[in-house]
Amino acid sequence: MLEIRNLHVAIEDGSKKILNGLDLTIHNGEVAAIMGPNGSGKSTLSYVIAGKPDYEILDGEILLDGENLLDMEPDARAAAGVFLAFQYPLEIPGVATMTFLKAAMNAQSRARGEGELKTPDFMRRVKVGAEKLGIPQEMLRRGLNVGFSGGEKKRMEILQMALLEPSIAILDETDSGLDIDALKIVSEGVNALRSADRSFLVITHYQRLLNYIVPDTVHVMSKGRIVKTGGKELALELEANGYADYVSDVAA
Amino acid sequence: MVAVKETVEQVKTLDVDQYKYGFSTDLEVDKAPKGLSEDIVRFISAKKGEPEWMLEWRLDAYKRWLTMTEPTWARVHYPQIDFNESYYYAAPKLNAAPKTLDEVDPAILDAYKKLGIPLREQEILAGVTTSKVAVDAVFDSVSVVTTFKEELKKAGVIFCSISEAIKEHPELVRKYLGTVVPVTDNYYATLNCAVFTDGSFVYIPEGVRCPMELSTYFRINEKNTGQFERTLIIAEKGSYVSYLEGCTAPQRDENQLHAAVVELVTMDDAEIKYSTVQNWYPGDADGKGGIYNFVTKRGDCRGANSKISWTQVETGSAITWKYPSCILRGDNSRGEFYSIAVSNGMQQVDSGTKMIHLGKNTTSRIISKGISAGRSQNTYRGQVSAHRKASNARNFTNCDSLLIGEQCGAHTVPYLESKNASAVFEHEATTSKISEEQMFYCRQRGLSAEEATALIVNGFVKDVLQQLPMEFAVEAQKLISISLEGSVG
Amino acid sequence: MASVTPLKTSAELALIAQGASVPALRQPAFERFAAAGLPHRRIEAYHYTDLRALLKDAPPLAKAGAAVSSVSVLDELDAFVVTVVDGQPTWAKGDAVAGVSISLKGDAADDGLAADSVFPKDGDPIVALNAAFVDQTLHLSVADGAQIDKPVHLRFVTTGAVSAYARVVVEIADGAKLTLIETHESATGALANSVVEAVVGDDAHFDHMRINLVDPQATLLTTFGGRMGARSTVTSGNFVTGSALSRHQVFLRFEGEGSNATISGASLLKDRQHVDTTLVVDHAVPECVSREHFAHVLDGEATGVFQGKIIVRPHAQQTDGKMMSRAVLLADGATMNNKPELEIFADDVQCGHGATVGALDDDLLFYLRARGLPKAEAEALMLQAFVGEALEMIPHEGVREMLEAMTETWLKARG
Repeated sequence: MLEIRNLHVAIEDGSKKILNGLDLTIHNGEVAAIMGPNGSGKSTLSYVIAGKPDYEILDGEILLDGENLLDMEPDARAAAGVFLAFQYPLEIPGVATMTFLKAAMNAQSRARGEGELKTPDFMRRVKVGAEKLGIPQEMLRRGLNVGFSGGEKKRMEILQMALLEPSIAILDETDSGLDIDALKIVSEGVNALRSADRSFLVITHYQRLLNYIVPDTVHVMSKGRIVKTGGKELALELEANGYADYVSDVAA
Repeated sequence: MVAVKETVEQVKTLDVDQYKYGFSTDLEVDKAPKGLSEDIVRFISAKKGEPEWMLEWRLDAYKRWLTMTEPTWARVHYPQIDFNESYYYAAPKLNAAPKTLDEVDPAILDAYKKLGIPLREQEILAGVTTSKVAVDAVFDSVSVVTTFKEELKKAGVIFCSISEAIKEHPELVRKYLGTVVPVTDNYYATLNCAVFTDGSFVYIPEGVRCPMELSTYFRINEKNTGQFERTLIIAEKGSYVSYLEGCTAPQRDENQLHAAVVELVTMDDAEIKYSTVQNWYPGDADGKGGIYNFVTKRGDCRGANSKISWTQVETGSAITWKYPSCILRGDNSRGEFYSIAVSNGMQQVDSGTKMIHLGKNTTSRIISKGISAGRSQNTYRGQVSAHRKASNARNFTNCDSLLIGEQCGAHTVPYLESKNASAVFEHEATTSKISEEQMFYCRQRGLSAEEATALIVNGFVKDVLQQLPMEFAVEAQKLISISLEGSVG
Repeated sequence: MASVTPLKTSAELALIAQGASVPALRQPAFERFAAAGLPHRRIEAYHYTDLRALLKDAPPLAKAGAAVSSVSVLDELDAFVVTVVDGQPTWAKGDAVAGVSISLKGDAADDGLAADSVFPKDGDPIVALNAAFVDQTLHLSVADGAQIDKPVHLRFVTTGAVSAYARVVVEIADGAKLTLIETHESATGALANSVVEAVVGDDAHFDHMRINLVDPQATLLTTFGGRMGARSTVTSGNFVTGSALSRHQVFLRFEGEGSNATISGASLLKDRQHVDTTLVVDHAVPECVSREHFAHVLDGEATGVFQGKIIVRPHAQQTDGKMMSRAVLLADGATMNNKPELEIFADDVQCGHGATVGALDDDLLFYLRARGLPKAEAEALMLQAFVGEALEMIPHEGVREMLEAMTETWLKARG
């Protein structure tokens, strides 16, 4: 279970406050969607959960199964089960995707005190996962994300999610830059990973993605807070009416 | 993949003081009296049982050296060296001239075992290493053993110590020695001519592809002793050889001088691939001790269509002053220089290459990756020149520097000189640090800061690592990570 | 280790003889020069421009007073003109530009020893000679916030086979703006040495240009030193078609954060011209941006030299420095020596340089000829574009257009 309580966050140099007392609880097995206008702080929330160093936490806490994530380094959070699918995945020249995958999987299992994967097991798991997402073997030999298209990068993020088996997976605007076919593949990849002990936080600007990844709860975010919470029908309402109501509600 | 895992493992298990070759071996040694003089030059020559012509050559070099001054143009700083405070000859006493491996002092064999250098042919054949590599083991001032000599001989390849070559193949040595690096080339090269003690000699006859990798492993063991090695490799028409060298030294508080000269000659259609993994003791974190590595390496592409390729991984030494170069004399000849230079602690590196285009249609390629950490200074210095007759000469140079931490320096000093209108040179250089975004991405996937750095650095140097023979590439990758230990966080 | 005392060259002997007449104020600078003599190839900064070998003689020191034509190449620009004839500045006193004060002073000239000097601390021989032999220093001051639209034209003229030295100190107060254009004309056999120092205030803007049109048998040694305040902007251009031997040095230092410098140059050389451009851009403080672009076109037996060093000092984080030097050799007798350099002591930087030396692209040349352009014309078109890359960085439109026209003329003359 992920619990965020009264979270206040500013950009590191203190110039701008982005999250203003955000509260959010995601239960095990739940798929929660966060929707909101540009600049409402959605991406910041994902970075703060994952531990990006550019932010200053002014107040509040983030608990994963009762453990405070804010005390942990980014890699420790990853080992604890946090996975962030980046909106803009980074390129790492010269580091073959395979190499990177293995380094990450082994680092996490070591951190959890588990044994490392045997190479044949690793190869098999990657092969199976890649096939499901339509990722050709040739791509796995190339430098991580180097020269990949937007859709290829997103599929690679989902492959990593599948291999790393997180307990909370955050998808930051995973639908941006995807055509409908790629969106379907990515969504199927995500849906296949849904389980009773894994929760998801799906951040999106548009309702479209939620047709494919159907959420249990929908939260509307504006100006750094959750301003409304509802079921999946809330997304449809937003699609029809836009964010204007919520933005002005808060302002009023 | 395996290498990355091992790299990461290594980084994890090592302490702050990472130099794992810092042990010394206790031996009875035969030493020259301390200091440098004409008598010492005679002493060395006599110890080696050299012919008169060799002694004359040394003495001539010594006289010329006395009139020369140390070069000062490199970005390296060190106290004035007192050349009389060193020993110029040190050799293990026991079984001074071993005929077989069984006669070599077991303590020395043990040292090589600790260094991971296979000297027993049967072990190599039994698959201790993955492929066959012939080794010339140079311990302080002498070559203690050269493996696979007989098998190489069958192929017509001569692989022996330079001391042996001077006695056994004087016609070859006299024909080539000092023809690539002239006796008065520079201060340290001239000193080497006077006092060199051992090194390797390779001769590949016409049309022969050397049946195995050749390698020399240099070990400095004695205290206060300089090592002056001399290597000469000749590749006759249409021949090919891949040669590797490695080097280590014990951890000691005083600086020791290593001034080597390496000369390569390729005739028509011949190729020499020369790889170095240099891991001399770098000194401690405060800059105490370490090897001064002042080395002159040059290849002469004498024949048409010949090729010389230098690959170096430089992680050791307190100071590195080294510019493996190619003289592209033969038409259509090609020179390559691939370099990874890692500096940490108080290390100083001033290294690069020279590509001298003399012949028509000559091509060269330079890929240099510098990584500076700690309080080190890392300079790439390279010269590319096209002479009047070097029509259609081509060079491509790429120099990238990576800075880890804000107390180190990375410097790039290229010299591009063209006197030919059809020559085309392209040079590009960048300097940057590992991006915060890349680091965060790796750490989000569970890698620690150190693991992420190792991974990104390995990606940064990949183009050069690929040039190394497989076993060396794995070794080099480990070494790079170990060298950067303690530089993050 | 016999230390060899080199024989003095005839130029050195002439300079030393001239030094006898130097006033006491300038003696220290002269002595500094005399101690080292002319630089030679073993001196790294002069590796490619060995003045001991290249400077054959030092003509007698100029005596003031020669009259010069009032017509200059910049007449179309409507600039305020300060004419520096044989080292002596004169200007129309009545109609000086509002916001700019101009004066002559007999003060000591900086040769690198001043505490805040931008010139090399270990002494640069060209600057030292200038400090020794200059008569009076021309001071140009722009008042706080003054936006001077009218360019100031420093017209240097050396009238005969004489040596002329001039020193100009420009002070641009905070928030002010000035455009300064130097043109250099010299007679056959002249040796001209001028130094322009600029102190650019916070939020100030300084556009500088140096145009070398001296006689093909003259020597021109010029130096520009600039110190930049916070959030300031400096552009400095260099254009060369003239002189037998020339060296233009730029020493620029960022002293306040958030500043921006653009340095560019084009040299069009033929016959046996030897032309050197040497610059040092010193990022001493964080968050500054520098861009450099230099183009050399070399014909005949000409020699081009480019040395460019970007220094990033410790703590000068977030520096962004990029330098490009490109050269085209049109004849086998020509030589290009290129030394771009990075010296970096801070990690959070984005720095790079590129250098190319080569011939015109054969494929492109063929393409143009296939479209019906004769070879010479096709080459000229490509060269115009090649030089244009550097000229593009000059902000003053009038100057840029004039230099484009000069480039065209030079290319036409090539035939």
